[in-house]
Amino acid sequence: MKSYMKTTAGFVISATMATASYGASVNVGELQGFTGPLESMIGPMSGGANLAVTETNASGNYLGGTTINVVQGDSVCIDPAVATAEAERLMNDENVMAIMGPNCSGNTGAVITNVLVPNGIVSISPSATSPALTTLEDGGWFFRTAPSDARQGPVLASIAISRGQTDMAVTHSNSDYGKGLADAFVTAYEAAGGKVTVLAGHDDDKADYSADVAALSAGGSSTLAVLGYADTGGRGIIAASEDTGAFSNYVFGDGMISDVTSGAVADGSWGTMPSPDLSLSDNWVRVAAVGGVNGLGVFSAESYDAMALIILASQAAGSTDRAAIQAQVMDVANAPGYQCYAGKLGECLAMISQGIPVDYVGATGVELDAGGTANGSYAESQVTGGAFSVVNIHK
Amino acid sequence: MSESIDIINAFALLTNFVILPALSYGSQLALGALAVTLVYSILRFSNFAQGDSMAFGTMLTIIISGYMISRGWTITGVPTALLAIPMALIGMSIYLLTMDRLVYRYYRKIKAKQNIIGITASIGVMFVTGGIVRFVLGASAQRFGDGERFIFSVREFKAFTGLEQGIALKTSQFLTITVAILLVSFLFYFLQRTKTGKAMRAYSDNTELALLSGIDPDKVVRITWLLVALFTTIAGTLYGLDKGFAPQQYHLLLLPIFASVIVGGIGSPIGAIAGAFLVAFSEILLTYAYKKFLIYLLPLSMHPNSLVQLIGTEYKYAISFVILVIVLIIKPTGLFKGKVLDE
Repeated sequence: MKSYMKTTAGFVISATMATASYGASVNVGELQGFTGPLESMIGPMSGGANLAVTETNASGNYLGGTTINVVQGDSVCIDPAVATAEAERLMNDENVMAIMGPNCSGNTGAVITNVLVPNGIVSISPSATSPALTTLEDGGWFFRTAPSDARQGPVLASIAISRGQTDMAVTHSNSDYGKGLADAFVTAYEAAGGKVTVLAGHDDDKADYSADVAALSAGGSSTLAVLGYADTGGRGIIAASEDTGAFSNYVFGDGMISDVTSGAVADGSWGTMPSPDLSLSDNWVRVAAVGGVNGLGVFSAESYDAMALIILASQAAGSTDRAAIQAQVMDVANAPGYQCYAGKLGECLAMISQGIPVDYVGATGVELDAGGTANGSYAESQVTGGAFSVVNIHK
Repeated sequence: MSESIDIINAFALLTNFVILPALSYGSQLALGALAVTLVYSILRFSNFAQGDSMAFGTMLTIIISGYMISRGWTITGVPTALLAIPMALIGMSIYLLTMDRLVYRYYRKIKAKQNIIGITASIGVMFVTGGIVRFVLGASAQRFGDGERFIFSVREFKAFTGLEQGIALKTSQFLTITVAILLVSFLFYFLQRTKTGKAMRAYSDNTELALLSGIDPDKVVRITWLLVALFTTIAGTLYGLDKGFAPQQYHLLLLPIFASVIVGGIGSPIGAIAGAFLVAFSEILLTYAYKKFLIYLLPLSMHPNSLVQLIGTEYKYAISFVILVIVLIIKPTGLFKGKVLDE
């Protein structure tokens, strides 16, 4: 929190200075859930986004020395009406060139439909991960630097097949997250020749999961994929399974990667979780620390990347025109080009102005798919000695 | 998986996934149902606060056993919760007697038409009790079992017998079944053989006559609440040890408990126990998937492809409802000739 205050304070000072200097300046929106369910995570996220702007302004390489002002809007995470109103305020009253945000998937869907598509403005979300946003009609105005939950399914499936696990029972939390992940996993797994013996959802916050486990084990497989939450339903499923000896091997989605899980199962079970390349994340944590931001905060790196993409796209377009920015996002995000890392925005901006194509790698290894969603990379973690340890990184 | 008929493995499978869980769940329901039956027979109302009272008793056990663990007052291998029960029982008795003094006594005094007013009052008590539990412990689930988790585990059983299917006996299951047998024996001895027990039965059968023959009604009421506290605390603790503690889960237990009482015949202790096991076995037998079981028993050509599951596990609670409806339509007095509810 302290570091957030520091960056915010720094930003306020620089913003005041910018207005005072009569230099050319442009507004960019930062629409995040400053209050609401995400408020505990928002400090490092906002810090990451503002760090990209601070870095750009310090370099003086952006559009011939133009200064960027960040205008913040509170999307409150869970109220689409508020998020829509704030997005409209940023767009109409503050005349922002693009919007970094919003955060939560429900809100993001509303902003896409109500603001982005009818008005033609780019938004890049650092944290909306719902698979539903992939199929939502966004007119090409929406991008995200966090991978969709559905991406993990195929990754899990291909690791399972490569480990020779050709049959398993699958249980998922009865939530959007659990269902989305299970759908993606089962589709990919069966396409790769795997056999799902039983597929069943489980409710979270039940006391007793023995009946669920009994039904899951009736299919005959000794492997169980648990795509749920480590602190609620997933834990109950594992406890009931261990009590009755129903399953001996487990496969976990990212919601299950926790000490609670690893302490309850035997060595050899494994799972995946989103995680950037180790060298990239080391670099980001170092860059963030210099800028006074907690780089280990969830989605802080994705926030930095979201804001950086907007700035680089605008530079590549050579203007702050909204449609021109949209046309450049995919080009600066993806290969080919000179690879730009976190902390090197000034250098990257200079290259773009010299006409050299760039491939923004940033803090998380950004590579967007055709729908504008980051591919992400996943760590394969295996339980060894009662704890999860990363054995491989999959892209 | 074997290709010939294999009765022993089929039986082991069924024991592990159906018989043992149903026996311990049935025992937990039976204790709760006996508490409801006692209140109905003596105080003449259906106690809707039973589920939340069980949560209250379990909450006391959790707090006291947590304190005992922090002070190191434990016995190796024995769940500390078990040692905490006597203290929790005292707290529970005080709570129930206080509630009787504050709420139920007034309605006895004005000789209100007891069942419907008692039900309404107990619904109030139910919300207050549930509220206190959530206020103190929070609404989230927690586990409080310590000590040895298994009498024998699946791995040990398999190594010992060489069978393909293992059976695990959890400490909590063993305790539940043993304690339930002891408590039920105690209750029947108490009601049949002791003077106080006889007085209670007399009061239940014919209140006016009992009063005329000099039975102290206040004493009967007090003893009833003490027995209810005993059954409630122990049933709640055993259920929590077996399945974990969550206030909402205890609240929902009310339904299978009432189904047990009504199926067995309201006011009949034997009926409450029989009803509890009927409900428990129905819930588990109907939601179990029999595929593996049938594969052991049937020749290869007849192996099932589907799971052979009659009802999805998410409909477990609906089974209590269905049993309740069937009994109320066909035999409203229950299996053991109890009373009809709105007598």
